[in-house]
Parts: sequence; C-alpha cells; structure tokens
Amino acid sequence: MNVIINQQTTTLPAHATVQDALATLSARPPFAVAVNTRFVPNTQYASHTLHEGDRMEVIAPVTGG
Amino acid sequence: MNPLTPPTDPLILYGHTFTSRLLLGTARYPSPAVLEAAVQCARPAMVTASLRRQGINATNAGESFWELLKRLNVPVLPNTAGCHSVQEAVTTAQMAREVFGTPWIKLEVIGDDYTLQPDTLNLVEAASLLIKDGFLVLPYTTDDLVLCQRLVDVGCQAVMPWAAPIGTGRGPQNPYALQTLRERLPVPLLVDAGLGLPSHACQVMEWGFDGVLLNTAVALSQDPVAMASAFANAVAAGRAAHRAGAMAPQQAAQPSTPVLGTPFWHHDKA
Repeated sequence: MNVIINQQTTTLPAHATVQDALATLSARPPFAVAVNTRFVPNTQYASHTLHEGDRMEVIAPVTGG
Repeated sequence: MNPLTPPTDPLILYGHTFTSRLLLGTARYPSPAVLEAAVQCARPAMVTASLRRQGINATNAGESFWELLKRLNVPVLPNTAGCHSVQEAVTTAQMAREVFGTPWIKLEVIGDDYTLQPDTLNLVEAASLLIKDGFLVLPYTTDDLVLCQRLVDVGCQAVMPWAAPIGTGRGPQNPYALQTLRERLPVPLLVDAGLGLPSHACQVMEWGFDGVLLNTAVALSQDPVAMASAFANAVAAGRAAHRAGAMAPQQAAQPSTPVLGTPFWHHDKA
C-alpha cells in the first residue's frame, strides 16, 4: 500500500503500523507523529495500523519564534 | 536568578513564577553559537521552539538543536507556527507536548499568510480545546479587545497581543488598542510580535504589560548578543518605571528650577 509520509509517497506492506513506517525512515528521536491530522502517541506506534492513502507526519524540534 | 527582575516582582503565568519578563525566540540567528550566547546573556523566562517535518532519511534532523535546548536549561515554549486550522493547531500542540515534555504552548492559528495575522474566528476554539486538554496556553492574538476577552473567557490565564506583524520590527502600531487591553483585562498580558527596538519593549512595559516575546529584533540585529542584553535591560527598565509611577503629562511648561531668587529678574509691568 502507498502511504504519504511527510508529503512523500512510500510503499509499505499491507497492515503496516506506524512503527513499521518509522523503521523504514530510520527516524531518529526526538520526533512526534500524526496520521491524517490526528496525533498518534508514541505508546501507540506499534498498534496503530496504517491504511492505503494515509498521510503521516513525522516532525522534530526546530528553532522557532 | 535574574538580577534585572527583583525577587519581589516575578512574572507569574498559570501559577508558575519566572524571574524574567522577556521571552525569546530561537529562530533566524546567524548560528547556533550566537543563539546560545544571546540566550545566556538575556536570561529569558522561556525560549520558543517549533516542530517541522523530519527528513525522509533522517540523519541529524533536530538533534543538534535538541542538544542546544538542553544545554540552555531554559523552559521551552513550543509554538504552533504555520497552523491554519483548529485541528492542525491542536494536533501540533499534542505532538509538541510529547516531544518537549511540557504543557506550555504558544498557540498560533494563522489566518493570512502575508500578514501572519491570527485567525480570529478559530483561535478561541483552538484555545478552548487545548485548555480542556490540560495545556497552559499562551495565545498569539491581535489587539482586538473582544477577541482577547473571549480567550480569557475560555480559560486562557494570559494573552499575547501583537504590536505589529511578525518579523516587521515596526513597534506598537496601535497604542490605543494595546493600552485599552491593559486597562480592561485583568490577566497577564505579553506583547508578542512586531517589536524592533528595546525602546518598543520599554514602552509597552511602561504601559503596564507584564512581559514581551520577541525573536527577529534580536536575531537579525547586527550584534544579537548585545541586542539581547539591551532588550533585557529595556524590559526591566520599563517595568521599573511602571511600578514607580510616572508623572502625569502637563499642558504648560513648569520650571524645574525655583523661580524665587532668580538673578537679574525684575517686574516690567505695573
């Protein structure tokens, strides 16, 4: 299935979880995740199943005003 | 302890005590080293930070800034910069709470990408949702009295009206509106956005505002470290002046030197 992660289309196995997606990114902490504009707590990474067309955001701390 | 803020006059937000009335942004500095030096010089109450997409093949994304934040040892105020909807702002705040480990949030819901003006129609709803979710919300808002009152009504214990659009450095564009907010609202008020000079910060503190939040005025100055110090001093000076109680402006000139005994003076008229 295709999932859009940070605006880039990524192909993942069916029933992949957020944790699976993060593994493909080699995401390094600190970061947080949202799927389809909803926050996904880190305690749910392994249980939150992704679906075709889901939009996932992985964001990290940056400077800001 | 910040010697510029007497221990008897702390800034209190949501029951938390701060020894500085200056909040400082972390963006647009020439380098991380300059940012770090400016923060160490100004000793702000909080520093703001944000969240952005991590690279698809993340290497050190965010890691060096994260290490700098930890070294600064200053409370972090995450923002929801760039959010244009209630959902975006709420989700970003929730992500920020997890990443930064803090309930503080500078709430931004942007309504116009040119002026970066807050979305006055959705800001109150976003604030209400976040307050109910346990956040300590510092909303970035316009100088509209009714909007600010509504933010207080939904539980915001402080409000942050703009002086001018973000990053313009133009200083207070509507003194009447800002002073009206101070007269009418009983909660802490911090001017956020649009300040350019230490005198701007001093001015709003003289009006009775409780603090200021600024970024570009320091980061884009020719010497950010010196400018950070100047702003810290200006905030303290304005606060001290407000507490000292300024004289009322007079219509007519009144000599400060005693008139009695003026040499060479004589009465020409009978």
